[in-house]
Amino acid sequence: MLSIKDLHVSVAGKPIVNGIDLEIKAGEVHAIMGPNGSGKSTLAHVLAGRSGYEVTRGTVTYMGKDLLALSPDERAHEGVFLAFQYPVEIPGVNNIYMLKAGLNAIRRHHGEEELDAVDFLSLVREKMKIVDMDESLMSRSVNEGFSGGEKKRNEIFQMAVLEPRLAVLDETDSGLDIDALKIVAGGVNKLRNKDRAIILVTHYQRLLDYIVPDKVHVLAHGRIQRTGDKSLALELEKHGYGWIESKAGAA
Amino acid sequence: MTTVAGSSEFYLAQFSAAEGHLPGHDTPWAAAWRRNALNRFRELGFPGHRDEDWKYTSVKALEKQPFDSVLEPSSHLALTDIERLIPAGVECIRIVFVNGHFSRALSDTAAMPAGADVSSLATKLRDEPAAVQSLLENSPTVFRNGFGALNAAFMTDGVFIRLAPRTVLKRPIWLLFISGDQDRAITSQCRNVIVADTDSQATIVEHYSTTGGKATFTNSVTSITVNDNARVTHIKLQQENTTGFHFSEIDVTQNRDSFYHSHSVALGAALARTDIRVTLQAEGAECRLDGLYMGDGRQHVDHHTRVDHVKPHGKSTEYYKGVLNGNARGVFNGKVVVHEQAQKTDSSQTNRNLLLSRNAEIDTKPELEIYADDVKCAHGATIGQLDDDAIFYLRSRGVDEALARNLLTFAFVDDVIRRIEIAPLRKQLEQTILNRLPAGTSLRGLV
Repeated sequence: MLSIKDLHVSVAGKPIVNGIDLEIKAGEVHAIMGPNGSGKSTLAHVLAGRSGYEVTRGTVTYMGKDLLALSPDERAHEGVFLAFQYPVEIPGVNNIYMLKAGLNAIRRHHGEEELDAVDFLSLVREKMKIVDMDESLMSRSVNEGFSGGEKKRNEIFQMAVLEPRLAVLDETDSGLDIDALKIVAGGVNKLRNKDRAIILVTHYQRLLDYIVPDKVHVLAHGRIQRTGDKSLALELEKHGYGWIESKAGAA
Repeated sequence: MTTVAGSSEFYLAQFSAAEGHLPGHDTPWAAAWRRNALNRFRELGFPGHRDEDWKYTSVKALEKQPFDSVLEPSSHLALTDIERLIPAGVECIRIVFVNGHFSRALSDTAAMPAGADVSSLATKLRDEPAAVQSLLENSPTVFRNGFGALNAAFMTDGVFIRLAPRTVLKRPIWLLFISGDQDRAITSQCRNVIVADTDSQATIVEHYSTTGGKATFTNSVTSITVNDNARVTHIKLQQENTTGFHFSEIDVTQNRDSFYHSHSVALGAALARTDIRVTLQAEGAECRLDGLYMGDGRQHVDHHTRVDHVKPHGKSTEYYKGVLNGNARGVFNGKVVVHEQAQKTDSSQTNRNLLLSRNAEIDTKPELEIYADDVKCAHGATIGQLDDDAIFYLRSRGVDEALARNLLTFAFVDDVIRRIEIAPLRKQLEQTILNRLPAGTSLRGLV
């Protein structure tokens, strides 16, 4: 589904990602772990199409298409979803309105009929259960006045509504207490299926106690230093990131 | 020296021919008041760049062409022409002025309650001049600048409203001023005099619109007195078309524990200037000034507000927002003066601006002068573009860029519109604003 080859990315002229190769198949969950500044959030943003990130080398192919040639909204139409590390508050723009506009744009792109208000609301009610979302949050402005946990739940709820093929969750676990983490992880597990690929970008091994990945990649200095299964995450927890970084430095 | 076609000399030369047609011409004090105003206009002329209050707004374009006064009422409009201007579902007392003259045929005052003395100012000057004498003679609006003086000299009509103590108007009074002519450029000079006596309550809409193809020059003055414990909501809508020159002065005097809420929505005209001055001259008075201005193309829109806190325990809250696109230019100047006796004043002022194009421009200046020592005052102004992070967030959800920009622009604006309490008007303004946004129809279903 997703094939990243020799990806190099600079931000404001400074190289951050220095040659990432990654293959992800439909149905797989890949965890990308790494210390601060390792390039993991940069990778997530480049996949979603945020401006300010310059791809200096390499390719990203998604479902046979050149992903980097698509605008952020075109990527969303093609089924790419980014759960933000820091969801943006947008005063005055209603949560439901944004989602309805987004979902209907995706449906139009696939030649499907747009949902009317009634059908959309019943869809929303159903999807809210996935992350135990409070209905009162729906009629509010996007993320405005939401707690940290509510914001992260809202991200997973949006993912549930938009039903992406490729979901990139950027530190969705950061800053959550254990109850919120369980809810968010439970939501993600419910959304796992054989057609969907999920990339979990995370700083902490804790998330992987609740979402078991097929593969774990450890990033440092803008490159994947190690790839393994979930036991790699446990090893990492035991030794800390210093273990990987010193190996990367020695290499 | 040759005179410019529409310069102050042009209006001065017209006065002797007009004088005999103007209301109050056969009442000595009124005729003297007009002459006095004319002399003041002769001294002042139109404001120029050297005048600090007009530094960013040039009226040279106005002076380039002559605007004829319409001295006799002649309504060419039908009821259907004006009904579409007032949002469906608003039940109001409608008072219509066409080219500066009251139109009985287009007005509907059937729902006027007892206790509300409402008539055209021209009628009042003819039938009961003593009722307006001190209100006109004592109005400072005649002396502040050339526009106020010109208005007093040439004023053809306007509304007179006096609410007796405890009168509560359930329906808003909707003042609709329509100007324009197919064949010639004309000026409309209306003066409105509004007094809300003790414990009375009313909502008054002052709505300007233009018709016909030729340029228009609106020059209006509205004086409002809000007496003890009275409450007045005042909504000014400026929706002239882009051949319009619009100048408007609103002068408010508030007495003890009174409440005045102003909304100024400026969407139209080529050149528009609104001055709002509120004097909180007794204890415990409160005013709220909300405003929204939008400009596109080459529109120029200017708001100058001034609040004088004269006595203790006054409160003023100001919230103005502007959106400028194309080559439009906005000006905001908000001054708050806290006088020596005005202890415990609570004042806040906010002006936020959104520039949607590289060539749009805003000059904003909040000013605070404080002569008392126990007060709470805050003010601030911001100028910015749409938030890139918010645009990216929306796009990442599948919303295309044009729609994302529209959503954010609309949200910025709607924050002010939502402060208006007349729901059908809110709805109509939201629709009007959507239609102005590039590809605004993409927001269908939003309002």
